[in-house]
Amino acid sequence: MRRFSYSRPATLDEACHSAEHTRFLAGGTNLIDLMKSDVERPAHVADLKALGMHHIDEQPDGGLRLGALATNADTAAHPLVADRYPLLASAILAGASPQIRNVATNGGNLNQRTRCHYFYDPDMPCNKRSPGTGCSARGGRNRIMAILGTSDACIATFPSDMCVALAALKATVNLTGPEGERSVPIRDYHRLPGETPWRDNILRPGEIVTSIDLPPASFGPHHTYLKIRDRLSFAFAIVSAAIGLQIEDGIIRHGRIALGGVGTKPWCVPAAEALLEGKPPSHSLFRDVAERLLQGAMPDRDNAAKLRLAPRVIERALWQASAGTPQSQTDKTIR
Amino acid sequence: MNDVSADIPCRLQINGKTYAADLPPSVTLLDLLRERLDLTGTKKGCDRGQCGACTVLVAGKRVKSCLVLAVSIPDAEVTTIEGLSPNGQLHPMQQAFIEADAFQCGYCTPGQIMSAVALLAEGHTHSREEIREFMSGNLCRCGAYNGIVDAIEQVVAQQNRNHTGEAA
Ligand SMILES: Cc1cc2nc3c(=O)[nH]c(=O)nc-3n(C[C@H](O)[C@H](O)[C@H](O)COP(=O)(O)OP(=O)(O)OC[C@H]3O[C@@H](n4cnc5c(N)ncnc54)[C@H](O)[C@@H]3O)c2cc1C
Ligand code: SF4
Ligand code: FES
Ligand code: FES
Repeated sequence: MRRFSYSRPATLDEACHSAEHTRFLAGGTNLIDLMKSDVERPAHVADLKALGMHHIDEQPDGGLRLGALATNADTAAHPLVADRYPLLASAILAGASPQIRNVATNGGNLNQRTRCHYFYDPDMPCNKRSPGTGCSARGGRNRIMAILGTSDACIATFPSDMCVALAALKATVNLTGPEGERSVPIRDYHRLPGETPWRDNILRPGEIVTSIDLPPASFGPHHTYLKIRDRLSFAFAIVSAAIGLQIEDGIIRHGRIALGGVGTKPWCVPAAEALLEGKPPSHSLFRDVAERLLQGAMPDRDNAAKLRLAPRVIERALWQASAGTPQSQTDKTIR
Repeated sequence: MNDVSADIPCRLQINGKTYAADLPPSVTLLDLLRERLDLTGTKKGCDRGQCGACTVLVAGKRVKSCLVLAVSIPDAEVTTIEGLSPNGQLHPMQQAFIEADAFQCGYCTPGQIMSAVALLAEGHTHSREEIREFMSGNLCRCGAYNGIVDAIEQVVAQQNRNHTGEAA
């Protein structure tokens, strides 16, 4: 690791006004990994852990506020999350390993970088790591890369499981920066790569995620997080789906769907969600929804299998959610 | 503030003993234990959070020490494999690993045992599937997984017997 200076700001204001070339440290499970690989080379590291922000609080509207520094493990295990937002708990438990979840924070999870192999290898061209050098993944080994939201400049997936559930739950991200506070819907937080793939999200210099708000829960048992990966555990998603349905008298009132592993950001298509409204679950409906979600998908050399896998994952997850039998993250049998 | 040479005060409780020194901020907890304190029971496998060989307990919770900066956990209580048997008497989990033949080369074993001790406290031990899922952050290239799950089940069974014994 290159040498760097280190501080532990005592206030948000101090942290927001950190010097240029500062990286914020939360759990460090992504930042330190990338610093060891020489992908991240901060001159200064500002450790956020003295800033509090690790609480999980009920909100007046019946929703929940998740502190940015609450660990992924504490968030998933929190009784209010486990009871009211089992979709979120399930997605968190589907990611990484217990030791990593004990350290990884909610704010860090939101801001983690891609797992594209070329991004991790400073000897290879990569527009996200070194703007203007080209994209090694295009036409390269790209079995794990995205098929939706890609650009000529970058086809990397955003790897988080937690954020896929947050997108299905329509969470809101709360930020504080040198210019003040603002709140951004999670679906607008991550960016498409376009011509500027080095910008993963809308975070401005000095801005810090302080918390994530969940709207009041409404899916009851009708949810699931279904994640397909190369081994049964401790691997990133090849395709995943987070689904929540509000069902009354056998009719879907509304549905929320987000996909992981296939897009350059958590993938949501409001028009696909709208197809569900006012209809009973059926094979033809779920096939249409999957087709609409994947409209415009463009595989590259090695990842066409995602085009065949994704509709099956979506349809199966829709059946799991309709039946109120969410995917178990312990017994990996897919029912 | 941006003096790159500045070492940072680091104070930790490691296996019950106070450690205090000024350290470069880039020193990981793993490198502190192995390179500066000669606590070489904790192993370095991948150095990237992927294998679990470096698992230790920080404030009672299992973490991968290769991804933790030593200066970033002030005053934390750290327990390593050396701290499990302070009087030379094996921890029940260590004994069970021997009895269940839960290792071959032994390189992953300290990390497996620290992870298993934390797993017990977390209570994710209701089935073999649950144990495997919650031990998935510890890889074993010798493939001793069945023995590892056997060892954990053995300690769970002992604990259950002890609890029923106490209740009776
Ligand atoms: C071996 C391994 C396997 C993994 N598997 C999975 C998986 O299957 N699924 C999955 O979803 N994830 C997985 N992860 C990724 C893991 O979830 C992330 O590393 C973790 O969530 C990052 O959180 P952190 O607190 O450690 O972030 P850090 O490493 O501290 O920070 C990551 C980035 O976010 C920035 N940041 C952190 N907090 C804030 C804040 N409050 N405001 C603004 N910026 C901030 C940092 O500056 C940095 O750029 C895996 C990681 C490893 C090492
Ligand atoms: S896909 Fe994106 S992250 Fe991967 S090499 Fe291309 S530009 Fe870099
Ligand atoms: S050495 Fe830390 S996880 Fe492999
Ligand atoms: S015993 Fe050899 S790696 Fe596990």
